[in-house]
Amino acid sequence: MSLTDLTIAAARDGLRAKQFSARALTEAHLTAIEALNPALNAFITVTGERALAQADAADAAIARGALAPLTGIPLAIKDLFCTEGVRTTAGSNILSPFIPPYESTVSANLLRDGAIFLGKANMDEFAMGSSNMTSAFGPVTNPWKRKQDQNAALVPGGSSGGSAAAVSARLAMGATGTDTGGSIRQPASFCGIVGLKPTYGRCSRWGVVAFASSLDHPGPFARTTQDCAILLRSMAGHDAKDSTSADVPVPDYEAACARSVRGMRIGVPREYRVDGMQAEIEALWQQGLQWLRDAGAEIIDVSLPHTKYALPAYYIVAPAEASSNLARYDGVRFGLRKDGEDLRDLYERTRAAGFGPEVRRRILIGTYVLSAGYYDAYYLRAQKIRALILRDFTEAFAQVDALVAPTAPSAAFAQGENMDDPVQMYLNDVFTGPADLAGVPAISVPAGLDANGLPLGLQVIGKAFDEETVFAVGAALERVAAFNALPTLRAGA
Amino acid sequence: MSLDPATVRRIATLARIHVEEDELPRLQAELNGILGWIEQLNEVNVDGVEPLTGAVQMALKMREDVVTDGGYPDKVLANAPERAGDFYAVPKVVE
Repeated sequence: MSLTDLTIAAARDGLRAKQFSARALTEAHLTAIEALNPALNAFITVTGERALAQADAADAAIARGALAPLTGIPLAIKDLFCTEGVRTTAGSNILSPFIPPYESTVSANLLRDGAIFLGKANMDEFAMGSSNMTSAFGPVTNPWKRKQDQNAALVPGGSSGGSAAAVSARLAMGATGTDTGGSIRQPASFCGIVGLKPTYGRCSRWGVVAFASSLDHPGPFARTTQDCAILLRSMAGHDAKDSTSADVPVPDYEAACARSVRGMRIGVPREYRVDGMQAEIEALWQQGLQWLRDAGAEIIDVSLPHTKYALPAYYIVAPAEASSNLARYDGVRFGLRKDGEDLRDLYERTRAAGFGPEVRRRILIGTYVLSAGYYDAYYLRAQKIRALILRDFTEAFAQVDALVAPTAPSAAFAQGENMDDPVQMYLNDVFTGPADLAGVPAISVPAGLDANGLPLGLQVIGKAFDEETVFAVGAALERVAAFNALPTLRAGA
Repeated sequence: MSLDPATVRRIATLARIHVEEDELPRLQAELNGILGWIEQLNEVNVDGVEPLTGAVQMALKMREDVVTDGGYPDKVLANAPERAGDFYAVPKVVE
């Protein structure tokens, strides 16, 4: 077995037992990146020398027995997390010259625990997109191919498309992502890996380039639920620098993955059965429920009546917050500058040149819904609907321990599809958006393949701060699904 | 409700994004497409519902009102496109 095929848990054991060095493990991943990144474009920046220096430090730590939870584990960091001294672009031209003088809390937590950073993962510009097609640094190609059409380049999903593609193709053992409307779970589903959006407040947003502050959730990607559990434990925790960071204990998520689901009540939200859902996604969902029934869980129909309003409400709240957050990019303090006739012209030309079409659209929508005379009709109404969506979840969780549903309405689509109409692209998040609005944790686990041989994920949604149940149910699905299909493009293939 | 070209231009000005005249029709169509789709929220009865501003309701923490950070102008200015001493530099705004 190649080093790049190991899980984080297995690599941790191998490093501890000195079966291989952190340097060898890191070199194996850097070699894989060199071979495959030209085809995948999963990384915007590769920090090879830095990674090898971190690997040597990890080997020294192992030699003296000073082991941390992630000592020697090579990861990819979404280019939305500020990394001290390493360019951080958010996938945007406007940040193309930006080198942060500080480290985000989540990435600092990973470094504290011994992780090695291979580089910065590609993403949709400012995390706005579901296909990675909006990146100013070019699209990411999904390592999976359609069985019948090996030539078509598929999207990895988005916005954390580079992170998901890197982990799927074995260019990294795990990765960070952020989920604002589905940006961890949908790419995890498209790339056949595991991705978890924790509870809002579980992982600090400090040093993460802001998109929509009340919706942005940093979280992990890996190839198993156990590996995601290992990563989340390091990433999570209270941070005084983020006023919305939750001061609650971080449990042992890895232990939670081994919990039985016997006696658990699993809810099936009937509103997620949407018109025109692909038959194989519906079948996989039913299969997943049967697996849980067989494992001793009780399956209960529940209702989340405001589900269909989640996405339209999201497309008021998220652009509104984005228009405010992205006001800081003015060409004066950092990032790109385009000169103009006067200061105002400098602002307008800098922002026109620096932001791509999707980001400009969302800033304009956000500016409009917050503008005088329209605030109540749009923004206030959307926040009231958000309250109703949270109420739906609260009432459902009075009856059940977790909800199970598909992650995305389709498998990965081809680059260039769904590009003509912005709303068509937005509908990718129909099953993921509600959990972001409510702030509750959710995981996507690969559960099967469609007729084209592409991976499909199932989603487990849990109560706020109960990631443990989400991991337990996700791991139970993972055990029975025994998903072992491999992408076409991968290290060692 | 549908945005006319003048409104699209006004929004772009508020957002400080330069828009060329020939970009307006496409932008107008896209924004109206999105706003038209959002209209469905008007079906929902929100009488008596308190707006939710954040996902997880919790009390914000308090701390002493003291300076906890700072004192490194070079770090702060390291990414400035243009600087003059310890200041950001911009085109002249006062004649």
